Amino acid sequence: MRGTLTQQIFSAKVGRWVKPGEIVLVDVDFVMGQDGTAPLAIKAFEEMGGEKVFAEKKVAFVIDHSAPSPNQGVSELHKRMRDFAWRQRIVLYDIGEGVCHQIIPEKGHVKPGSIVIGADSHTCTYGALGAFATGVGSTDLAAAMISGKMWFKVPETILFKLNGKLPTGVFSKDLILFLIGQVTADGATYKAVEFEGSTISSLSVDARFTICNMAIEMGGKAGLIAPDEKTRAWLEERKVKADFEFLEPDKDSYEKVYEFDVSALEPQIAVPHRVDNVFPLSKYEGTRINQAFLGTCTNGRLEDLEIAARILKGKRIHPEVRLIVAPASRKVLLEAMEKGIISVLIEAGAVLVTPGCGCCVGTHNGVPASGEVVISSSNRNFKGRMGNPDSSIFLASPATVAASAIEGRIADPRNYLN
Amino acid sequence: MVFEGQVLKVGKNIDTDVIIPARYLVTFDPLELSVHCFEGLGEDFRAKLKPGSILVAEENFGCGSSREHAPIAIKGCGISCVIASSFARIFYRNAINIGLPIVECPEFVKEVQEGDKVAVSLLEGKITNLKSGKTYQAKPFPPFLVEIIRAGGLVNWAKKRLKKEEK
Repeated sequence: MRGTLTQQIFSAKVGRWVKPGEIVLVDVDFVMGQDGTAPLAIKAFEEMGGEKVFAEKKVAFVIDHSAPSPNQGVSELHKRMRDFAWRQRIVLYDIGEGVCHQIIPEKGHVKPGSIVIGADSHTCTYGALGAFATGVGSTDLAAAMISGKMWFKVPETILFKLNGKLPTGVFSKDLILFLIGQVTADGATYKAVEFEGSTISSLSVDARFTICNMAIEMGGKAGLIAPDEKTRAWLEERKVKADFEFLEPDKDSYEKVYEFDVSALEPQIAVPHRVDNVFPLSKYEGTRINQAFLGTCTNGRLEDLEIAARILKGKRIHPEVRLIVAPASRKVLLEAMEKGIISVLIEAGAVLVTPGCGCCVGTHNGVPASGEVVISSSNRNFKGRMGNPDSSIFLASPATVAASAIEGRIADPRNYLN
Repeated sequence: MVFEGQVLKVGKNIDTDVIIPARYLVTFDPLELSVHCFEGLGEDFRAKLKPGSILVAEENFGCGSSREHAPIAIKGCGISCVIASSFARIFYRNAINIGLPIVECPEFVKEVQEGDKVAVSLLEGKITNLKSGKTYQAKPFPPFLVEIIRAGGLVNWAKKRLKKEEK
């Protein structure tokens, strides 16, 4: 029996063949909490009578949502995380290390075939490496920190078969926005989603992270891509041994299969205040913007900064626009500095902030004013997401963000990429 | 576990940024969180939030972030139970874990009117519209979840289990 990738992972864990709908208790391979969720997990850990985490090296805390701390209340929470981490000798990534979903794979904590839980909804990002990774809340995290186990309902799986080469100026972000628009924000609720096809094979691992990162925006429990040579090379660079062997999934095991040819796809945009409110970019071209944001666990990686720099090189951003850049991690920042990308961005007028989540999640580092419009490379445009319910957020690719920053209006990046 | 109250309705895809924005996650206290709960829906809606109300939502309630502060804030408002056509997955787990009663029943959501008085029997999944007299059967919880709900959440459930193991 071959089933889906998801079924293969759960079956290997349980030691027998499992079917969707079954409730199973499994060992988790890695657990993660960030500064929005870990403090509440520490409280639950203590209330449950937890004394020691199940395995020091398999638990990480990341301080990224408000980093460095913007106020005293947050500072107290950070202190609580640090004290707990040092006492328990777990892995701690403190301010400046970057966004959890960049660091956890980057530091080699994710292997194909493993089960990872994180107290953050975008934990599904790691599925790009062939792991089953999913977001949980603080109490679930606490229980897993004590026991090393977690209950799951083995999910049904939806398959996206994507074929064709993405045209110039169209990126994996446009592709995932398009798919979310097609299936809507609850199109995959309680289900895993898997992506395959020639389009996926042609994408870099960085670009695949963008796809799996947004599986949650269609309600997905996890988003998976089977590992290939590119995955193995990426993992080897980070000294991770990929020893889990997937079998070719059985097409009949999927609850639903969607097929798309993407070779004529246009740049896409998600319009306020919903991620599934997706249209071809052309429909909103010319809309005035006040702020452009480049960064996040969706699109703050090296190739994202690189494409933005290609567009911004030798140009200035529009005088009435702020461009805020938050590299996804310290490593990404260093590499972008070495390649001269950061100079290009700053010379063009960008403001660089600490690698982290602040601007996207509305805790600090770029809260828009009432009535302002933001174009962002992030994954959510919910009302109030960036800290002000009276502002509006458009979601697009890093290239579209860069082109729009130049023009002060939503702009098509293809005009800059010939 | 039976709840009776007046229905307050919301639409589909109510996300966690609308329920409780990230900038308020500096406390775990249900009452402190409740001060900002549903800020994204505006002050007119917030004025209708009364202790004992039963919140009725359309599809995908609680989508977005994994923040457990969302069900805690709703509990802090005194909402006794949330009935939705469907819940986002992480919110569903979080609500059960912290002991916020939730029920999934699309047929009921379709027919109920704001202000109707309803009774919910949580473990049986039975909902009665006391105005129309009509009853609805919600999706039952798996036995494993019933155990957690009976204990009042995952923390209490885990505590009880640890105690049993000690014995």
